[in-house]
Amino acid sequence: MNPDASEPRFEALADDAWLIHPAGVDDAAAADINATIAVHRFAARLRSAAPAWLRDLVPAYTSLAVFFDPERIDADDARAWIAAQDAGDGPEAPGSPPRIVEIPVRYGGAFGEDLDAAAAELGLTPDTLAARHRAPLYTVAMIGFAPGFPYLSGLDPGLALPRLTTPRTRVPAGSVGIGGAQTGIYPRESPGGWRLIGRTPLTLFDPRRATPSLLAPGDRVRFVAIDDDAFARLARAP
Amino acid sequence: MNDLRWRVESPGAQTTVQDLGRDGWRHLGVARAGALDPAQAALANRLVGNPDDAAVLEIALGGPTLSLPAPTRIALCGAEAGMRFEDRSGRTHAIPGGRRVDLPAGRLRIGTLRNGLRAWLAVAGGIATTPVLGSRSTDLRGGFGGLDGRALRAGDDLPIGAHDMPDVVAPGVVAPVFPAQWFALDAQDARTAPIRYVPSSLGIAAALATHAWTVDPRSDRQGLRCAGDMLSTDMRSTALPEQVSAPVAPGTIQLPPDGRPIVLLADAQTVGGYPRLGHVIAADLPRLAQRRPGDALRFLAVDAAAARAAMARRRGELARLHWAIDLALGDRPES
Repeated sequence: MNPDASEPRFEALADDAWLIHPAGVDDAAAADINATIAVHRFAARLRSAAPAWLRDLVPAYTSLAVFFDPERIDADDARAWIAAQDAGDGPEAPGSPPRIVEIPVRYGGAFGEDLDAAAAELGLTPDTLAARHRAPLYTVAMIGFAPGFPYLSGLDPGLALPRLTTPRTRVPAGSVGIGGAQTGIYPRESPGGWRLIGRTPLTLFDPRRATPSLLAPGDRVRFVAIDDDAFARLARAP
Repeated sequence: MNDLRWRVESPGAQTTVQDLGRDGWRHLGVARAGALDPAQAALANRLVGNPDDAAVLEIALGGPTLSLPAPTRIALCGAEAGMRFEDRSGRTHAIPGGRRVDLPAGRLRIGTLRNGLRAWLAVAGGIATTPVLGSRSTDLRGGFGGLDGRALRAGDDLPIGAHDMPDVVAPGVVAPVFPAQWFALDAQDARTAPIRYVPSSLGIAAALATHAWTVDPRSDRQGLRCAGDMLSTDMRSTALPEQVSAPVAPGTIQLPPDGRPIVLLADAQTVGGYPRLGHVIAADLPRLAQRRPGDALRFLAVDAAAARAAMARRRGELARLHWAIDLALGDRPES
């Protein structure tokens, strides 16, 4: 957090979108979970105001994007409105406390083919790596890369791992990976360069569900270890 | 005229179902998608009497061959196409783009596109695939929307929305009643004029305009890749700033570590970690989507006021064109 920056910082992201760093938040604060929470709180405030010209609101680690309908509002008017919402010590996050979502994970083996090598690289046993991976309560800092892909903040710094030098062309859906100081889950089979340590049987994104994404920015996530039987049972569940 | 389906005999290079895109889901990682030139898609829809946001086929490079089991009203806008219609008795007819055309049952072949890379085919009633998250646009990376979230394949059956159609015995082309150049907005210099962008605050952003680029053949609906190298000459000794992943948008110009800028297009992911050089202005994104692999590409830096003025001018042109079409065809289904 940067307490000196008392004004939000605006950059034109597109003719119909502003990229905003809320007051007190700059990119140096990327590892500071409080900065991300401040971004989400600001996003929630804008979302609850729901002006008719608001098309999309995308919170990330230290910034958020506001997409507006340029036929309904001038870019400068949108900016002025947004700036007026960023009254530094405005109301606390509206609504209820963050949701905690438990995600069952089968660590290692065929479900996390990089677990053994990653553990060796970190000087840990695979079981210790898995245990330390599921110890924290993570925060969904942002969703991106693919529909429903959560970038989770809160990884034990001792588990940070560089990405693969050559990304895999096929990462199975549900794979739980570590990429740098982050951990995340691949919602759909796709290419990817993160180290795969486990897999969840849950469906992270289904556009036909009323709530298409299992996770939303700001949610808290806890991983729970499961065995092969539980994986098979949960994978069959509707 | 319910339950009409077109059979896809051959799919073309990449033909997808698109409307004006998906809003309201970017925070969950869902791209906007939608026609790369919304104005041309809307024009094609106007010509057949659809609402502007009806789903159309977006065609790239070379078009599909479609089997039409019943009379159909179509219009093709965007790049020029060698379009031919084969009736049931085997006679072929050349079909012009930029017009309303009524066709009897038969086979429509849309050949190689010229003077551009993409065209939009509207059909009266619209392409009637099931909307997903509020849109019929194909999300190729998410694998949903359009036809099973993918480009058309041979053998697909494409549902067409219900509409009233007179009995058609031979292809009927509605005569052009508008100045031809109105259909090709900015036709004079669309292929060669620089693409205007608003530079970001990054020091290197201005250098984009000083290079001559070409369009990399690996470009797709997610991003247009520039062939050339910016870092070797401008930044060899200077490290780019460390970037925190942040939201990106259609139009965002990214600079990956290899020094070759990527302009994100409609299928852009929602967040990205590469340094941003700025954004291509909304008025020029459709022109960018018409550049073919190997085409020359130049950028011109402008400010936000110029971006807005260009878009206002374009909206004015389109409004006049819509007015002329509605007046000439006199069949708007709604205001």
